[in-house]
Amino acid sequence: MPRIVSITLQNTDDARPIIEAITADNADCTVHSYPGIVKIDRDDSLTVRRSSVEQRIGRDWDPQELHLSMVSMAGNLDEDDDYFNLSWS
Amino acid sequence: MNAPAKLGLKQRYSLLTHGLDWKPSYQPMDKIYPYAEFEGIKIHDWSKWEDPFRLTMDTYWKFQAEKERKLYAVLDSFSQNNGQMGLSDPKYVNAIKLFLTGITPAEYQAHRGFAHVGRQLPGVGPRVAAQMQSLDELRHAQTQIHTLSHYNKFFDGFHEFTHQHDRVWYLSVPKSFFDDARTSGPFEYFIAIGFAFEYVLTNLLFVPFMSGAAYNGDLATVTFGFSAQSDESRHMTLGIEVIKFLLEQDPGNLPIVQKWVDKWFWRGHRVLGLVAMMMDYMLPKKIMSWREAWEIYFTEAGGSLFQDLARYGLKVPKYADVATAEADHISHQNWLTFYQACHAAGFHTWLPTDEEMGWLSEKYPTTFDKYYRPRIELFREMEKDGKRFYNNALPQLCSVCQIPMVYTEKDDPGTISFRSSEYKGDKYHTCSDGCKDIFDNEPEKYSQAWLPVHQIFQGNCGGATIEEVLKWYKLNLGADNLDQAGSPDQKMWDEWMAARSRVAG
Repeated sequence: MPRIVSITLQNTDDARPIIEAITADNADCTVHSYPGIVKIDRDDSLTVRRSSVEQRIGRDWDPQELHLSMVSMAGNLDEDDDYFNLSWS
Repeated sequence: MNAPAKLGLKQRYSLLTHGLDWKPSYQPMDKIYPYAEFEGIKIHDWSKWEDPFRLTMDTYWKFQAEKERKLYAVLDSFSQNNGQMGLSDPKYVNAIKLFLTGITPAEYQAHRGFAHVGRQLPGVGPRVAAQMQSLDELRHAQTQIHTLSHYNKFFDGFHEFTHQHDRVWYLSVPKSFFDDARTSGPFEYFIAIGFAFEYVLTNLLFVPFMSGAAYNGDLATVTFGFSAQSDESRHMTLGIEVIKFLLEQDPGNLPIVQKWVDKWFWRGHRVLGLVAMMMDYMLPKKIMSWREAWEIYFTEAGGSLFQDLARYGLKVPKYADVATAEADHISHQNWLTFYQACHAAGFHTWLPTDEEMGWLSEKYPTTFDKYYRPRIELFREMEKDGKRFYNNALPQLCSVCQIPMVYTEKDDPGTISFRSSEYKGDKYHTCSDGCKDIFDNEPEKYSQAWLPVHQIFQGNCGGATIEEVLKWYKLNLGADNLDQAGSPDQKMWDEWMAARSRVAG
């Protein structure tokens, strides 16, 4: 059985470019829209890339800014200056 | 001149947590951290602890301040613009009455618990993380109180939530959960709240319910809910880290941790039965059923998690199969209990409409029409004949979860599930194998439980009649409780809507 990692973000102006970056960078992810929130699931691993978000918002972006938009997550987290990764080992 | 290069995230985290620690020289460690060993957990190297979020205190304050600015701007605007009038239906307010009286004081308890753990763990990594979580929990309690104080200006039932949390029969369910966690050792507390509650279960509380608030026009609640939940992602990461850390440190930790995981999963599942009822019966516009939420957040997400933890030998919590089977029943059994006892509660109840019953049949194809629709139709008939049914007997409570004995056997929804244990010559009743195991493991603890019904019978709750007990609860009979139809809340709402349509012409 594939193990699902997941990230849930608020459906806000700040979060929409992050959602776009995630869906562009993570092939075969599933996007669920609920009132107020968007939940993105993927088998085994999912990455949010700094460069990909920066391209969309046209300014510097620190992956820790995810703290402002994130509602929930599932998976083991690995976070660094350039990415935010969720995976099952 | 070469400017020094900016430090990377990992270095910064290391310097601002591990780098700030020191070795005590004139007091031994066991005097400074007296609770670190009695639970039997063995830690060989605290420096192996690493918080995957790598959040440092300076960044913490920066982000939390930003969250607060956003939240309070919304609250101010909600209040200025009479946001309460934009709700889908005034019935909805009853769900947030239960939230304020049942959950907000638990946030405060979690704050105190993490403050304690943040002082008592010998490792600097978890101490810093527990300190942040302690502040988060305090922030959640405060923002919830601020948000809901707006509703208190108009609606009944919000006025004495702290007084009621320590007294009212159903509020003893979440209260006893946190009392139990806070009176355990620091490692058990961390597993109870950080892992079992935050990682495995709180999604069920904050994600679908808050999404439901968004769908029912409650801008204020959805904003505090998601603001709080943005901290929860960090708490969840901490919860998974503590489990991995304990299991990696010593193989002898596994059986202790497994027992805590089993215990706190089951206790959490029992508390969340209140949320099941809020989602299936109290949200006028529904987004997903409790059963569906359980599938997504326990079966699917929990399944992946426990598969991952299997490499340490940790198993899926005992009785997870029973909890999953109960997801088809628990919301119905809870709501019908409150319907019969709402003269002793702090919020209003109602019977679902035909349309809502259609939704419930569709979402619960194997149970609703067979077991619960006939009861609701009977209650409806009785109301029509002027014989609205109130249950005036005081129920037997489970000595562990403190819920009245209303749940049924896993394979037989016609039979009440009932267990008992003997301890020092007395008999103690529990509602399930899960609660009985917990009692039998620590009978000395649970035999001292403050059970609301027993306390009423012992004469400690204001008197022997419902009126006297309600007075002691500071609940106003006829205003804060009974049916939604005919309540002062409903009357006020109808007047608002009539005034609005007069203005609109």
